[in-house]
Amino acid sequence: MNAELIIALPEITLVVLACMVLIIEAFNNDPQHTLTYWTAQASLLITLVLVFINCPGEATIVFNGGFISDAMSSILKAFMCGISFIVFLYSYEYLKEHQSLKGEYFVLGLFAVLGMMIMASAASLLSVYLGLELLSLSLYAMVAMQRDSESASEAAMKYFILGALASGMLLYGISMIYGLTGHLQLAEIAQAVASDSINRSFLVFGMIFLIIGMAFKLGAAPFHMWVPDVYQGAPTCVTLFISTAPKLAAFAMGIRLLVDGLLPLVSDWQSILMVLAVLSMGVGNVIAIAQTNIKRMLAYSTIAHVGFLFLGFIAGTEAGFSGSMFYIISYALMSMGAFGMIILLGRNGFEAEMLDDFKGLSERSPWFAFVMLCIMFSMAGVPPFLGFWSKWFVLKEVVSSGYVSLAAIAVVFSIIGAYYYLRIVKLMYFDKAESMTAIKSSKQMRMVLSVNGMAILLLGLAPNALMALCIAALAG
Amino acid sequence: MIEQIVFYLFAAMLIFSASMVVVSRNPVHAALFLILSFFATSAVWLILQAEFLAITLVLVYVGAVMVLFLFVVMMLDINQVVVKEGFARHVPIGVGIAILMVIAMGLVVGSDYFLAEPYIAKEQLDPNYSNARELGLAIYSKYLFQFEIAGIILLVAIIAAITLSMSKVKINKSINPDKQVFVKKQDRLRVIKMAAEKKDSEA
Repeated sequence: MNAELIIALPEITLVVLACMVLIIEAFNNDPQHTLTYWTAQASLLITLVLVFINCPGEATIVFNGGFISDAMSSILKAFMCGISFIVFLYSYEYLKEHQSLKGEYFVLGLFAVLGMMIMASAASLLSVYLGLELLSLSLYAMVAMQRDSESASEAAMKYFILGALASGMLLYGISMIYGLTGHLQLAEIAQAVASDSINRSFLVFGMIFLIIGMAFKLGAAPFHMWVPDVYQGAPTCVTLFISTAPKLAAFAMGIRLLVDGLLPLVSDWQSILMVLAVLSMGVGNVIAIAQTNIKRMLAYSTIAHVGFLFLGFIAGTEAGFSGSMFYIISYALMSMGAFGMIILLGRNGFEAEMLDDFKGLSERSPWFAFVMLCIMFSMAGVPPFLGFWSKWFVLKEVVSSGYVSLAAIAVVFSIIGAYYYLRIVKLMYFDKAESMTAIKSSKQMRMVLSVNGMAILLLGLAPNALMALCIAALAG
Repeated sequence: MIEQIVFYLFAAMLIFSASMVVVSRNPVHAALFLILSFFATSAVWLILQAEFLAITLVLVYVGAVMVLFLFVVMMLDINQVVVKEGFARHVPIGVGIAILMVIAMGLVVGSDYFLAEPYIAKEQLDPNYSNARELGLAIYSKYLFQFEIAGIILLVAIIAAITLSMSKVKINKSINPDKQVFVKKQDRLRVIKMAAEKKDSEA
């Protein structure tokens, strides 16, 4: 039992630390919530260190098959903690500036990170579902936290209802798969499915429900309706959080369910994901062009990126899955930078959420205009930025698996998508600024955002290390 | 034979009451039908020899949750006309889609797999068999990890509910008697020294 507890040490530590942050917050009268914030950040760092120390040589399954610790889970958990650390830093800046600072933001954020970590190392259907619920419940509350904001309440309501529907779908799928195979553990399900003793069409029937639930959570078309409203309505710091670390968890859920559990059905889920991927890339890239609100535009861009994420799954090979992992990690970095820029440009009572707010940024701050340029070029997939490599790796695998036409469609849509990313660059460099208000923010924020932007450029110049990490994660 | 009759009786009751929950116009009636469907479910569980679950369902859901639910429904005083507005208009589309989906699912899955044959009924359990004991063993040993996560989810639900409903603004005007007793003259009364003013007419 002790050995089992040590394998789950990062999660256990995070629970304890999150409860500690909760108690500190309850007895804290500081309006700046400094202590809460720094304990929350320290908790993430401690968890990160423990994930590193605990990194296993080989996959270990503990807690009667409920929890798996392998290379992929460790790498994803490390990124989840690191990304959440930076997200908290941006959020603290935002909440302080907009005078809506609440310590619960960090408490719920920590529990959300815990949910993601559980999803990353879920070895049974039950753990996948519970981790997902822990994550979603925290996110619903975070979206609704600004109670006097009408748009935030509306966004929270939509998110909650559609999220509950998605959970219902997922549970239908889980119960059907359980009823057919008699197992909750993913490894045993894979064995049972491979043994061919179960009717395949009924299995596929259950699997479709699983995929629908997953597509809802990821925001893939045609299950994307909630994404734009939630991204636009939620406070920017919450949108920032939703669009970064939870995407890694959703990727992990995809790998656990489809690859660890249902790999024998690969030919069936490939064709379903193909439809989802093409629709997502189409809807995301085309509708994003019509947006004037940058948060909404980035929401559609998320949908498009999810389509690309699916391409790696469709390839159906280990290399393809590593490509998807590379894609989702680089997307999280880019999305973090983009929403960080929106937070940087905002000030009390003013959200820089319209495209016009980026007009003439190069005059106001040449450096941050350049950072935004890096992020936008990267999202559009211009070499040598990180986004180019993530698209390249995924497309390469799709082509080598023989889906050339699918790759061609993806390229066409990403060229269409390049328009709205480059439009922001045009607004920043070639249009006149509407106001020359100085950008006011703390030194930390400026520094971290600069590092964030430069990371996208530097990782783009040397993508091999990150790629090697992703290949190691999914090997074996 | 009797068992089957009882099963079909309660299953029919369950389906009827569950559909009445959706269809009934009065929210109080809907809540009452929900209670009936819980009862029917617990009866089905009893047939499956899961007596602990059956009792828990009645005690927890019927006894506590549904009473609370009824209170809320009665207190909110929901305008039934507004809630049911457009119901008749959307019925044809809704029913049409539902029938289409049933047909589609039936075509995919076929009726072969919905029959009870693959799931052979368990033989009569030992009289000393304790449902609660088995459940407890499973939860606290085999599914300990999942059980703990469920606990954390409940904690998050509490935190979320408090965060969303608690406001720092004090609503009621109650006075702390302790503070009231210790109040001094200086706390309430401020004597201001100022120069005497002349009347306008004299100026």
